[in-house]
Amino acid sequence: MEQDQAAVGPRTCRGDRSDSRSVEAEARRTEKPPSSPTVGELAQTLLGARQAPAPGDCAAPRCRRSRPYRPLLKSQSRSGEGQARGPEEEGGELAARPAREYPLTIAEKRRLRDCQQADIKYISGWKQWKRTSSKSLKKVLNEVRELLSFLELWRHDIHSIEGKFGTGIQSYFSFLRFLVLLNFIIFILMFSFVTLPSIISKYGIFNSSFTKTPLKNIEPHCTVYKPSGNMGLVYFYTYLKDLLSGTGFLEVTSLFYGYYTIDAAWLRILRYNLPLAYLLATFAYLALSLLWIIKRSVEGFKQNLVHDEDQFQSYCNKVFAGWDFCITDPNAAQLKHRSLQYELQTDLEEERLKRKIADRTMKEKLRIYSLRLFINIIVIAVLSGCFYAIYRATVFSQENSNDVSNTNFQANLLVQYLPSIVITLANFIAPQIFSFLIRFEDYSPAFEIRLTLMRCVFVRLANIGVLLFSLWSQISYCATDECKACGYNYELYPCWESEVGQEMYKLMIFDFIILLAGTLFVDFPRKLLVTHCSCKPVQWCGLQEFGISDNVLEIIYGQTICWIGTFFSPLLPAIATIKYFLIFYIKKISLIHTRKPAARPIRASSSNFFFLVVLLIGLVLAFIPLGISIAYIPSSKACGPFRSFNTSWAVVPDTILGFPTGLQQVLHGIASEAFAVPFFMVICLIMFYFIALAGAHKRVVEQLREQLMMESHDKLFLIRKITEAQRHP
Amino acid sequence: MLLELWERGCLPLCSGGKSCLCCLCPEGCLPRRSRHRASLVLASSSAYKRFSELLPKEERENACSTRVPKSQILTLPELRANPFQHRICRVFSTSDNGDDSMSFEDFLDMLSVFSDSAPSDIKSHYAFRIFDFDDDGTLDRKDLEKLVNCLTGQGEESRLSNAEMEQLIRNILEESDIDKDGTINLSEFQHVVSRSPDFTSSFKIIL
Repeated sequence: MEQDQAAVGPRTCRGDRSDSRSVEAEARRTEKPPSSPTVGELAQTLLGARQAPAPGDCAAPRCRRSRPYRPLLKSQSRSGEGQARGPEEEGGELAARPAREYPLTIAEKRRLRDCQQADIKYISGWKQWKRTSSKSLKKVLNEVRELLSFLELWRHDIHSIEGKFGTGIQSYFSFLRFLVLLNFIIFILMFSFVTLPSIISKYGIFNSSFTKTPLKNIEPHCTVYKPSGNMGLVYFYTYLKDLLSGTGFLEVTSLFYGYYTIDAAWLRILRYNLPLAYLLATFAYLALSLLWIIKRSVEGFKQNLVHDEDQFQSYCNKVFAGWDFCITDPNAAQLKHRSLQYELQTDLEEERLKRKIADRTMKEKLRIYSLRLFINIIVIAVLSGCFYAIYRATVFSQENSNDVSNTNFQANLLVQYLPSIVITLANFIAPQIFSFLIRFEDYSPAFEIRLTLMRCVFVRLANIGVLLFSLWSQISYCATDECKACGYNYELYPCWESEVGQEMYKLMIFDFIILLAGTLFVDFPRKLLVTHCSCKPVQWCGLQEFGISDNVLEIIYGQTICWIGTFFSPLLPAIATIKYFLIFYIKKISLIHTRKPAARPIRASSSNFFFLVVLLIGLVLAFIPLGISIAYIPSSKACGPFRSFNTSWAVVPDTILGFPTGLQQVLHGIASEAFAVPFFMVICLIMFYFIALAGAHKRVVEQLREQLMMESHDKLFLIRKITEAQRHP
Repeated sequence: MLLELWERGCLPLCSGGKSCLCCLCPEGCLPRRSRHRASLVLASSSAYKRFSELLPKEERENACSTRVPKSQILTLPELRANPFQHRICRVFSTSDNGDDSMSFEDFLDMLSVFSDSAPSDIKSHYAFRIFDFDDDGTLDRKDLEKLVNCLTGQGEESRLSNAEMEQLIRNILEESDIDKDGTINLSEFQHVVSRSPDFTSSFKIIL
């Protein structure tokens, strides 16, 4: 059928009847072979007919001929219009594809457009309107998209990085931009729902006011909280210390939880329930982050569901999409050649290794497994060492920083920052140990990289968890009865949420300082040394590579701190936004001036998916401490919006009690087991249905592949028969 | 106003932004009074500027109708470092005498295929043509070998060994040759490239 269309000749454009006859004749002359088709040509055409990808594809007729492309170019200008009619007739009902979607030269596209426009006169009014409206809609969408792309932050910078360093490093900077936007939106959320109403009601703008309901059933000693706010004239370094550690004048600002000691804000007669707003804004920003990350990572995940093959490492992807056409610099091109060669050789070696592993004997397997077990025990020992060090450092820091008599500025600051310092050291040393140990475990190279990365991720995120755990153990340590009445150590931590907020604040500031110091005091001197000193060991050391995974883990660690800390310090996302904004420029300058490109670059697609998966792990790990703080640990009675509740979560049941009875019953019904169990079962059924659907689709795909294979075999068989028939007529 | 006279959907823009207008109408399509403005807009587009820089000074006036020899095209920084530079010139050139010279329209063709906004099946169609070194409409073993050699570099030490090349080509054909005839045709290529996550981000040139 498709073949017949090709053999008959081009259909002429209706609007161009004058030279149609000559065009047809000429087209037939150029397209029909001079002699009767040889078997070879027939075979070619038969096999070539398989190449038609879609019925509406204008390119199909040309490809079907499977002739050399050059002669086609000559007859393009003539046959182009004829072939352009094909999709018009076939797809008469559909809106015509714009000329830009056909793989033709400009001359042909012009003719196609002329055809389409001439055709418009000959179709009915309804189709005409449909076509023109869809065209104008597409135009409008394009304009909007173009406008939005102008608003994109750092578009030009990221393009230039992509051109010089490739798409792997560009994905890191795109990820950084995503985090800046995410933090900015979280800041807007918290600011507009929590900070703004508090500030408005505290300063009485627009005739607003706030109320602090007196507490009933609470021991008076729990409610004593005297933060050392503005102390009048103090030494300058006290200000600096306060700025760096969040104490003093900073503690009473809206940066920390303690400022929001408001039970309700009143705007004339409207009541704004601030505690509820605080809790709901927390849930909202967590949900927003979760949804946004999942939306971004859906693309990479879809690939894996349909096919079992490891798409990110497939050979076709590496060979057909291997070369970065954006590269303009010959040096970068040379590096790209080498990295491609290295990548291909590594993959081939890994395949050979896999076959070797499959051939291992029992004795070898036993030896390797026991070795791996031993090394994993060492890894666990290293981790426990880190955790214990962090725990002791936190306890020491908490005990000594509350000791006001210590007036030595530097020592005090050091004690304040001790947990941050220990965490940073642990984050630096542990990965080095892991990459040393993994060599003995005899895994394939790709798996080695992944396992080391996973271990590093775990170290970084678990360190934060251990810090929080040690803080809580300090906060809930109760020896006296009075303390037990409050539920937390009211003497040392009258407002414990602010303390936790301060720790997160310190972690964030320190993280940024270390990054800045690393660039200034390590990267640039190293570059100067390498450029000006030509002795052997220095040249052998050389410049450092831009390790994408290390940098990504750093910023994910910072983001996890931000997520956990925002509940205790609502303005922390603003600090995070500014921090990531500055980090972009610092990293960009460091990359351009002091780094050499990596010898083993990670691919852009797998990097994107990997970054988002690790970010998701960070978010899920942030849920745990937040969940425990909100639902389990008693909120402080001396400060904050949750003074009159047992825990922060208690504001939700309290609000529900204020709803009308019907709604209350509905909500209680939803929260009860009678609803939850059937709901869970229904969700499981839906999930099983989708899994079965995916499995069925996979089987259909397999069957279709086999069918394609058989059709090709059939064709070869037929061609053989034809050849035989021709030979023996 | 000028854009409304032209069918914007003719050609994708070659690089984002209004300053680069690759949409052209040939002379004769536009009404007389707007031809002057057409040439003004044309002259300001970055594609036109880059193209006319390749020509010697005296020929820059009618850059629209002159052909630039291949050697000049290959001095463009975007193509200079590209291992497929010769194939690109061959595929996009509409020159009759086989010298692979490119006119301004061929240049725009090339830019529009490599632009951000080109649909991915156009990109894969042209990628297939670029990788088809012997122009026979299929990618067979020889084509794949040449392709891999282009990727790994030109020197002797940067080539894969024969055994590695065999293993690699066998793996590629296993993944992409659906009808098991030993060659990759256009639809198989487009199918495997549509599943490739890196293709659209790497197959682009930005002026």
